[in-house]
Amino acid sequence: MNKKCDVLIIGAGGAGLTAALTAKESGANVIVLTKEYPTRSQTCMAQGGINAALGNAGEDSVEDHIANTLKSAHGQADEEAIKFMCSEAPKAIEWLDSIGVCFSRTEASSIAQRALGGASASRACYAQDYTGLKILHTIYDRCLEADIEIQNEKYLLEILKDEEDVVCGAKVLDIRSGEVEIYEANAVIIASGGYSRIYDKNSTNSTASTGDGIATALRAGAELIDMEFVQFHPTGLKNSSILISESARGEGGYVVNSKGERFTKELAPRDVLSRAIDAEIKKGESVFLDIRHLGEKLIDEGLPQERKLAKLYENVDPVHELMPIRPVAHYTMGGILVDRKSATTLKGLFACGECANHRVHGANRLGGNSLLEIVVFGKEAGVNAALYAKENARTTSVKTDTNSVIDEIKEYENILDFYAKREHLGNLFYTNVGIVRTKEELQVALGEVQAIKANISKLGVSDSSKKYNTNLVEFIEFKNSLDVCEVVVSSALKREVSCGAHYIV
Amino acid sequence: MKISIKKDDGFVSYESALEDATLLELLNDIKQTKDNTLAFSSGCRSSVCGSCSMRVNEVEVLACSYKIQEGDIVEPLKNVPVIRDLVVDMDKAYSFNIKAKAWLSKISSEIQLDSQDAKTNEVQSDCILCGSCYSACPVYAVNGEFIGPFSLTRVWKYASDKREVDVEQKMNDVQTNGIWDCTLCGNCTVVCPQNISSKADIEMLRMKSAQYGLMDPNFGSFDGGFGFDGSPSF
Repeated sequence: MNKKCDVLIIGAGGAGLTAALTAKESGANVIVLTKEYPTRSQTCMAQGGINAALGNAGEDSVEDHIANTLKSAHGQADEEAIKFMCSEAPKAIEWLDSIGVCFSRTEASSIAQRALGGASASRACYAQDYTGLKILHTIYDRCLEADIEIQNEKYLLEILKDEEDVVCGAKVLDIRSGEVEIYEANAVIIASGGYSRIYDKNSTNSTASTGDGIATALRAGAELIDMEFVQFHPTGLKNSSILISESARGEGGYVVNSKGERFTKELAPRDVLSRAIDAEIKKGESVFLDIRHLGEKLIDEGLPQERKLAKLYENVDPVHELMPIRPVAHYTMGGILVDRKSATTLKGLFACGECANHRVHGANRLGGNSLLEIVVFGKEAGVNAALYAKENARTTSVKTDTNSVIDEIKEYENILDFYAKREHLGNLFYTNVGIVRTKEELQVALGEVQAIKANISKLGVSDSSKKYNTNLVEFIEFKNSLDVCEVVVSSALKREVSCGAHYIV
Repeated sequence: MKISIKKDDGFVSYESALEDATLLELLNDIKQTKDNTLAFSSGCRSSVCGSCSMRVNEVEVLACSYKIQEGDIVEPLKNVPVIRDLVVDMDKAYSFNIKAKAWLSKISSEIQLDSQDAKTNEVQSDCILCGSCYSACPVYAVNGEFIGPFSLTRVWKYASDKREVDVEQKMNDVQTNGIWDCTLCGNCTVVCPQNISSKADIEMLRMKSAQYGLMDPNFGSFDGGFGFDGSPSF
């Protein structure tokens, strides 16, 4: 029996859940599917803050927020979309505050704000260094209050379309049972996150950021845009790629080489700083983040996670020692092309969050703008999908079977280990489709992706269990990553002039 | 390094060359190079997503923040259904957040929070819903309807927000199978990777309940409990 709803949302991070709340408020019957649990999504990892020109820590204006965002975007953004996002920002913060997000506050009872790179004012509202976690959990609690149906551990396999090429639902794998299920809907919102894990271990992201929604939308015929724009965060821990938040530099941290010399401006935009660090590393230097001078009290109050993670993964205590760092893949600006109403090029399909490209980040995203984007455009996607679903109510049932890519994978030979291929490709992408790119290196990477794709049937899955088969899910994620990789490197080859995060020599 | 992992068919021993690694790094190594069938959950690798909670030597840990030791015995969480190997079904535990109405119910827009107010429930809002506390809770082990540690902490998070207008209703929602059923053993506090004390939060909920005349029903069952002069009247 197929499940039916007005608006089906794939992904339960900040964007998906905000969309769910507003779609429901707009009168739609909503189901949310997630391959994990809602509170485990990538949003929980955002630390630094969420931008809004509130002016609580010195003078600021919406106009300055717009100007900073536009500058960082390097001409690749939609100015109207940026104006909309920045103007909505104070309202977004007001809403988050009203539902109980535990923002850090000033003694004068206003929401505290701090400086992040590329901003002309202290504009990022924060909740210690748990900003994303606290926003996500509070929105989740709101969804429970609104009685929104959330189905955990359902993995997207296909976006379904009817005879007229209109999106009408999704085919998903119930990870627990191993059964393939059909969800019918008048509108579908993809909110499944970005694709930083195409760089495998060279990424700050959760292992779940494999670009599933983007690859699936692409296969269904949706247009992708600006996929070559990948943001490398300057301060990943050297060995584990664990993120040390930009707030460490916002609070006054230094970037130094092994001689203890500062060689760059710490609060430059992320792409500029990443290139400076990358160049220093290529000179044979080691690079460190130094926050010792901030003092134990400030570190424990403002950067508690950073201290814990540096101790755990690098065996250094940043109160007394330097943290070894390198730039790693952190955020993907590219994604599914959407218009101002979050509608994709496929009728009935909407997208929001990191998987979508509302063209507000352009070639380089500013710190503090991604949490803002998921709230502002999550809301837009929810409202517009609900409206569309109402105006395009489906009268006939969806005709489809439960055959899927899983049947195909069962026939694969499985003589080559895909985990080894995944690691190999991630490392190749880090060097060849990374911080500094050359045409020749890009072509090598493209050749490699195409070779793996051509030989995909030599890879495969060893675990034959139907129940909770993570070997299978990880393989499908890898397949999705391959589709995404091909577009990323092809788009990078087409853009012959450096722009923002895409730097070609 | 040799460790033992509880799979569906019993304990399996694995050898690994990894040293000074987190349990999650070890599990990934086993999964990718030795046993593709091993099932476990993970996500952020940095202790904020709550996916990789499990037990090592009978103590709840996050695999991503636990450093492996020779001879470790790894098992899934207790008191929740095991789906496969180290993967458990958290749906029921999460549903207590709905049962306990763990959200802001009615907010006053007139009250502004200052930096001290923001600290009131800062720790409670650090919760990552990893479920370690449910696994360690002896009350939840025998009463599957007990609202349980993380949900009660969440209720206190919202009830202690100065802007919440209907605190009394929030207290009413946690009386049955809630705050009075806890034995204050403190197991939840010991295992919490975020240093949250649900025990302390439950004590706060009890005090707040008492302010609204909501008392421990177990006293009531002794026909009045204490007399007006404070002496026991059995």
